[in-house]
Amino acid sequence: MKKLALAALLSGTLFGLGLAMSGMTDARRVLGFLDLFGKFDPTLMFVLGGAVLTTTVLFRFVLRRGSPVLASSFHLSSLKQLDRRLLGGAALFGIGWGIAGYCPGPALAGLGVGAHEALWFVPAMLAGMLLHRIVNHA
Amino acid sequence: MSSAWSTALAGGVLIGLSATLLLWLNGRVAGVSGIVNGVLFPKTGDVAWRAMFLAGLIGAAGFYMALVPNAPLPRTDFSRGGLILAGLLVGFGTRMGNGCTSGHGVCGIGRLSMRSLAAVMTFMVTAIATTFIVRHVWSGG
Repeated sequence: MKKLALAALLSGTLFGLGLAMSGMTDARRVLGFLDLFGKFDPTLMFVLGGAVLTTTVLFRFVLRRGSPVLASSFHLSSLKQLDRRLLGGAALFGIGWGIAGYCPGPALAGLGVGAHEALWFVPAMLAGMLLHRIVNHA
Repeated sequence: MSSAWSTALAGGVLIGLSATLLLWLNGRVAGVSGIVNGVLFPKTGDVAWRAMFLAGLIGAAGFYMALVPNAPLPRTDFSRGGLILAGLLVGFGTRMGNGCTSGHGVCGIGRLSMRSLAAVMTFMVTAIATTFIVRHVWSGG
């Protein structure tokens, strides 16, 4: 239990450092990347590329193990089907991402310096999660 | 410009290592929206690691931005209404679609999940279309 929490703290710390170092926390740069037909800023391609390349190579070795080091099994989605929920949810998320330039990680990272925009975005994001919960459990 | 690219690449690799570490040690996917959701709607025995992950993320990012010279800093002048609308859509959409940039993008593609690949292509397309509309249609730029 304690080990799981400690491992998560270490992982979260690396994640936060990566976000801050990469510039993902600056929504101007994110929107510059999404602005394919305007003043395109390719910097974030290196962030996503670096992250995905790392996981694509290393996950193979991790998943070859029967189980993780500190837990009995891997918690992975076993869903295979492409359904309306998956694609509809992804579409809505993309619209929100394209409006302000924040996905959940960088928005939370902004809280670390008390960023003004994060203080508005993050509560709204939590409200959106709550709204989804209410709609689906009503 | 080239130094921005190298820190971007280094940051991306760190995010990938973070996700690898969480999967290797805890068997968990480093999907930020899912981790937040599990703190917002807690289940017994499944909260501590999530809270610690988020504390690490927020603390380390704050530490870096506050102390490292020339660290990229968050924007400050976006409209409040835009932030609230965007936040609602991101929160609702990531729960409906079961993941965000980290869960579907960094981790899902990493384990070659077709669902995640489809989700990533979908949110990239709607994000690029939205940015286009907001920047070049509405504002006439």
